[in-house]
Amino acid sequence: MGNTSSMLTQYDIEEVQEHCNNTFSQQEIVSLYQRFCQLDRNSGGFISADEFLSVPEFAVNPLSQRLFRMVDGLNFKEFVAFLSAFSSRATLQHKVEFIFKVYDFDGNGKVAFSDLLDVLRDLTGQFISEQQRELVLTHVLEEAGYKKDSLLVLSDFMKILGNTDLKMEVEVPVD
Amino acid sequence: MSKVNSSNMELDLDRPNIEDYLPTDSIHEPLGKLRLRDLLDISPTLREAGGAIVDDSFTRCFKSNPPEPWNWNVYLFPLWCLGVVVRYGILFPVRVLILTLGWIIFLSCYIPVHWLLKGHDKLKKRLERALVELICSFFVASWTGVVNYHGPRPCARPKQVFVANHTSMIDFIILEQMTAFAVIMQKHPGWVGLIQSTILESVGCIWFNRSEAKDREIVSRKLREHVEGADNNPLLIFPEGTCVNNNYTVMFKKGAFELGSTVCPIAIKYNKIFVDAFWNSKKHSFTTHLLQLMTSWAVVCDVWYLEPQNMKPGETPIEFAERVRGIISARAGIKMVPWDGFLKYSRPSPKLKERKQQAFAESVLRRLEDK
Repeated sequence: MGNTSSMLTQYDIEEVQEHCNNTFSQQEIVSLYQRFCQLDRNSGGFISADEFLSVPEFAVNPLSQRLFRMVDGLNFKEFVAFLSAFSSRATLQHKVEFIFKVYDFDGNGKVAFSDLLDVLRDLTGQFISEQQRELVLTHVLEEAGYKKDSLLVLSDFMKILGNTDLKMEVEVPVD
Repeated sequence: MSKVNSSNMELDLDRPNIEDYLPTDSIHEPLGKLRLRDLLDISPTLREAGGAIVDDSFTRCFKSNPPEPWNWNVYLFPLWCLGVVVRYGILFPVRVLILTLGWIIFLSCYIPVHWLLKGHDKLKKRLERALVELICSFFVASWTGVVNYHGPRPCARPKQVFVANHTSMIDFIILEQMTAFAVIMQKHPGWVGLIQSTILESVGCIWFNRSEAKDREIVSRKLREHVEGADNNPLLIFPEGTCVNNNYTVMFKKGAFELGSTVCPIAIKYNKIFVDAFWNSKKHSFTTHLLQLMTSWAVVCDVWYLEPQNMKPGETPIEFAERVRGIISARAGIKMVPWDGFLKYSRPSPKLKERKQQAFAESVLRRLEDK
């Protein structure tokens, strides 16, 4: 799968499909490839910050910076694996893992109070004061049985989010 | 990181609410007491981001759709080859000849008129107008342009402006061959710029520069002056501010709609079967674009001159602009998207992100009170 060719072979498609655990159909992978090539304007093999932020709908998203750092420098195969959490075929476990990764910025498997605060700050901006944010977080944490200095792991996230309806599906347009 | 240039100032606060267009659910529906899972569940925001990565309405506006290859079998391929031979070997040289002939006629009339009739302004203007219409007709002929004009022809009256959707600079040529409009354009480099500063000056054109912020006020003033002048040519404005691929319209800039004059909408729709007339200025130069048109079979399009509109009482210029955009899009059969065309060159205003943050913050605080 060269950087310069914009044609995928059947072998390439199957390799990508395997890598993302069959969460996308082959047609969807072809569409995603067209999209990847469309975004990767300088054909560098990955999508740069500039190219991502040139999509206004992405740039105005409050979590764009966090997401961008997760997807920066990914080649196409990894790009599809990243997006697999948004597929309708993704399991709840997969989605919760994705959300966990968004919070667990340094990737050490543990989400601390500061991580929770960072995401809340991205989502609310200047419209809640920092103290209020801390208060809100401490309050809901304690109510759920955690302490302010608790470190949350994936299983905690599964427990908290496991029975909610996570609406995270994105439809891949197939021509 | 591309320059965050001052055209960010163009992106005003008082624009139509994008939230009305974008398919968002509210970030969190207010459902009673705030719990930990409500704060941890960032899935709606993630879904919007994921959706934007996979497909977004802004990039769609500027996608030139490559024609599907239809010629890959035994009998169609030779036909296609024959077509290529005809187009490049016969049509193209003939068209170049026509265009050259046109330029010779034009210049041999225009230069004397321009220099010798310096004193007789009225006559000079009339002749120059006719000559510009002539050279535009030659251009249209050089692409075998088949243009169907519908509706009453524009006439020169004070206090009116014409607005149209924009696909390529050839929009201007197609409209100009029927009526000598004065137009407001981005100043281009090269031979186009030369034509802009010489010939188009005589029809009364206004120049702007996208990257200059102060420019906006100057342009506003020039627009107003032009519209109020009694014997200026009718003014044509492309309020999108950039070329779009003729399947969508982007938001109209309000400049044309706050001059207190009647706005006459014009809708232009190209028939893609013959050629894709979208000029992707990031991909090719205008010269390449013209050559592409001259080596295609024909440029077929429809032009509709629509009913003049006035600002309704109580309507803001932006609402007026969106209303006219709706009329043009409906007539041309194209979709509207809520983005500013200048986002091709700059980043969206942080206010858009802030609006989302504000909505979420307010819902959190509200639910916190529900104890």
